[in-house]
Amino acid sequence: MADIPKEEFIFKTTSACAGCSSSLCLRHILKAAGPDSVLVVPACCTSVIQGIYPNTAFNIPVYNVAFAAAAAVASGMSTAFRAAGRKTNVICYAGDGGTVDIGIQALSGALERGTDFLYICYDNEAYSNTGMQRSGGTPLGAVTTTTPGGKSEGKKDLDLIVEAHNPPYMATACSAYPLDLYKKVKKALSIEGPKFIHILAPCPPGWRFPADKTVEMGKLAVRTGMWILYEREHGELTISGASKNAMRKPLPIEEYIGKQGRFKNIDQRSIAILEQQVAHNIARITREAEGIC
Amino acid sequence: MLTIATGNKAVADAVKDARPEVVAAYPITPQTEIVEQIANYVASGELGSRYIPVESEHSAMAACIGASATGVRAFTATSSHGLVYMCEMLHWAVGARLPIVMANANRALGPGWNIWAEHTDSLSMRDTGWLQVYVGSVQEAYDATLMAFRIAEHTNVLLPVMVNLDGFALTHITQPLETVDPGDFIPPMELPHAIDITNPVGYGTLTPPGEYYKFRWDIERSMRSAAGVIEETQAEFGKRFGRRYGATEEYRCEDAEVIVVAMGTLGKEMEIAVDTLRSEGMKVGSMRIRWFRPFPDLDLEGREVVVIDRDYSFGFGGIVAHAISSKYDVSIYSVIAGLGGQEVTYDDIAGFVRDRRPGEEFWFGVDA
Repeated sequence: MADIPKEEFIFKTTSACAGCSSSLCLRHILKAAGPDSVLVVPACCTSVIQGIYPNTAFNIPVYNVAFAAAAAVASGMSTAFRAAGRKTNVICYAGDGGTVDIGIQALSGALERGTDFLYICYDNEAYSNTGMQRSGGTPLGAVTTTTPGGKSEGKKDLDLIVEAHNPPYMATACSAYPLDLYKKVKKALSIEGPKFIHILAPCPPGWRFPADKTVEMGKLAVRTGMWILYEREHGELTISGASKNAMRKPLPIEEYIGKQGRFKNIDQRSIAILEQQVAHNIARITREAEGIC
Repeated sequence: MLTIATGNKAVADAVKDARPEVVAAYPITPQTEIVEQIANYVASGELGSRYIPVESEHSAMAACIGASATGVRAFTATSSHGLVYMCEMLHWAVGARLPIVMANANRALGPGWNIWAEHTDSLSMRDTGWLQVYVGSVQEAYDATLMAFRIAEHTNVLLPVMVNLDGFALTHITQPLETVDPGDFIPPMELPHAIDITNPVGYGTLTPPGEYYKFRWDIERSMRSAAGVIEETQAEFGKRFGRRYGATEEYRCEDAEVIVVAMGTLGKEMEIAVDTLRSEGMKVGSMRIRWFRPFPDLDLEGREVVVIDRDYSFGFGGIVAHAISSKYDVSIYSVIAGLGGQEVTYDDIAGFVRDRRPGEEFWFGVDA
């Protein structure tokens, strides 16, 4: 922890909800990135969290852009900086809706073009900024305002989509492990080309759990195997410390979903499917890490 | 240098001479030659731009926005469906006050698929806050594109400019083209609000009603200043390079009792129709509107006006005709002609004037 700079790029005056994990993550991301960075933010919770004009709680240039446009704006920005011989970090900070749904085309294009930027998706598994509507990132069985009976489809596997673009660096992270996130951002920004980090960001009002349980919820996601921490550098996969242990003997997923109001009506069949997916993902990632794929 | 070129080549040559740092490119008929030609200029080293081959027009404009926000010159080209696809980002470029220049090859919208000339694409973007100029010749496509950079980047404007040229009717026809060495005609771009990491600010943050309208008014204030900047730029261009342009191009209007108005290549056809009608003894002149935004002052007082709209606002009427009727108390005969590349000859235009029925609307090819 001693490595993390004391300098703050987010002040204590944000409009974030109590227990917000995405602003916690961003605090560490910006510490890792440092002041020679620009944040590109599409419509998402962070559009609001940064504050209301003429004030801002962020002490770094923030370029707000249209919902679908983050990765494309970052393409232009990074290209212009590099043309001017500047190494300024261009970092997209986007929610799951802005990434897996409306923004996926621009993300795919920017990855394919080899854009020198870092795209970070903080995934709170719904359109939380607009009041918790279903997104492609919402898991099976979760209640949202547009899936009042629970979502009948599974979570879109964003990481497989990104992996198919062969970026030089991609990783998963979770708000409950800020040091892990910090190190991954540092590493990502040391590499040229397109980098991608996918953060699981538990959302107390959206997921319906108490605001003081944000860190616990993130840890349970990892310990149950519902979320696996890893990084893939030039195609080489490494499972991160917290998940290494968790994957050997994951906690039952009820430990995680049972503590969230959004899963209160989930049926046994859906639980069984989620369990199968966890087992499948653990097996798949383990095989890849061991070089058996 | 005197050459022979298509409208598309002329635009690409102007871009080469204006030297944008970043070009975002996505192909669409009939604009594709512009981004192809620019790709060749970049590949050959004649143009030092970074070329971003984006995956859509929405991203083309988004990439221009990202580049321009850092304070560098950015260009893209599009047409029709591409233009309306990037509509959201057109608004964004204006609100973000970025002097991006874009060429639009005017083309009809589907369905059915139609790749030929019509102005409804750009006119449906009328209220985005982009400056819009409509050109009538290959030379003018070059000159207007070059001037667009200087106008957009002028400190009293700082708004994007769209250069419109008729699909095929101008993009693909060949005429003589004289290119110039712009020298300091286009000064280095200076964006006062370029991203500055030593002075971190939030761009486009949540802006409440008590503040938002001030930004909107500032856009309008700049749009009003733009008229003067356009005039000054065109005058300076004329002085340096010998070709003179106004907000409109008027032909034999001095003593005209009837003035026929149009935009784009039909505006050129009108001049031949005017000569025909003059030889028949009619006091007719033509007025080709070049700048549609900001909308120019037109000398139409006391004349009968025939407006040819290569566009339409359904349930309302011809867009140019209504722009004129909303500003001037003149009698208008509104002709809707040339949609989807429908052929309109100068004889047809002479016929519109001869058979004019002031106050009425006439759909060429439909109405008897």
